Amino acid sequence: MNTQDIIKPENLVASRPRLFTDAITHYCPGCSHGVVHRLVAELIDEMGLTDRTVGIAPVGCAVFAYNYIDVDWVEAAHGRAPAVATAISRLNPENFVFTYQGDGDLSAIGCAETIHAANRGENIVIIFINNAIYGMTGGQMAPTTLLGMKTATCPYGRREDLNGYPLPISNLLAQLDGTCYVTRQAVHTPAAVRTAKKALKHAIENALAKRGTSVVEFVSTCNSGWKMTPAQANDWMAEHMFAKYPLGDLKNRQD
Amino acid sequence: MAKVIGAVVIDTARCKGCELCVVACPTDVLALQPKEVNDRGYHFAYTANPDACIGCASCATVCPDACFTVYRQVIK
Ligand SMILES: Cc1ncc(C[n+]2csc(CCOP(=O)(O)OP(=O)(O)O)c2C)c(N)n1
Ligand code: SF4
Ligand code: SF4
Ligand code: SF4
Repeated sequence: MNTQDIIKPENLVASRPRLFTDAITHYCPGCSHGVVHRLVAELIDEMGLTDRTVGIAPVGCAVFAYNYIDVDWVEAAHGRAPAVATAISRLNPENFVFTYQGDGDLSAIGCAETIHAANRGENIVIIFINNAIYGMTGGQMAPTTLLGMKTATCPYGRREDLNGYPLPISNLLAQLDGTCYVTRQAVHTPAAVRTAKKALKHAIENALAKRGTSVVEFVSTCNSGWKMTPAQANDWMAEHMFAKYPLGDLKNRQD
Repeated sequence: MAKVIGAVVIDTARCKGCELCVVACPTDVLALQPKEVNDRGYHFAYTANPDACIGCASCATVCPDACFTVYRQVIK
């Protein structure tokens, strides 16, 4: 049987998400953002939420997310996505509202907005891309940068005496009564992507059921900023990032 | 015994040659074009060994640019 005979609609098992626009993303080759975008687009479609989803795009590499996933979006000022999401979800409680934020956006400039939105238990999903670096602006140190990790602003590696410690912001958010679900996922292997999709689905269900704030951290790569190939960056992440940011649920409250 | 066979179609214009699909494929179906590039200058992925495909969709699952369409058929 040759390849052409297999290519029939009844044999289709995977294809480009329907909610993806035709735009070619501006992300670097192999960037984790693209894989997470696909999970977001697939779940919104599969859960029938296309007409009542509002995403809040960050400042950072994902600033143009609204060009790639065909739902309604608002672009927030740097770090303010959870504040914008608060307003939208309170004014339109029937909507599914999520933020999509990098670690610079969420845990540096937007740290206060993130903590307070989570502490208020806003019925939103916070999608958090932790690549331990400011990708968009050229790879500066972020609060999440690992000790010893070299970036543009700590070229000899992050030092605790000079720069303090990597900030496990999801652990802090899990302490707050307003969060119902805090989980850490990754998208570096097919198995990890499938597990991450289930986690994101659970987070979306929480928002629809008004259980409070859900945080889905994706431990991610920024191969350009890390100065590695995409495959090397995935291996480096598994070896170094998961030690500080271990995968799995940090909190899962069901009420 | 039932045999599973697969086939993939790659949107090569969209491909950025990141190689993540090549690494993820369990049966070494995929490779990057060694010389040829697409309009945007990337050595795009192609099916170097199409007969080995089992339609597992691992490639589609890890591709950051959603370049894959995957088909699978069970031959009884
Ligand atoms: C008020 C303000 N301060 C600083 C910047 C510069 N800036 C743009 S993106 C960014 C950090 C982005 O890093 P991150 O959130 O980790 O996202 P990534 O690009 O890694 O996905 C900074 C500091 C800005 N645009 N606006
Ligand atoms: S700079 Fe880093 S985070 Fe930004 S698109 Fe490139 S790889 Fe992704
Ligand atoms: S469907 Fe599976 S076997 Fe076929 S090319 Fe993709 S990863 Fe390889
Ligand atoms: S994973 Fe996608 S973008 Fe990367 S080489 Fe394969 S087809 Fe191209």
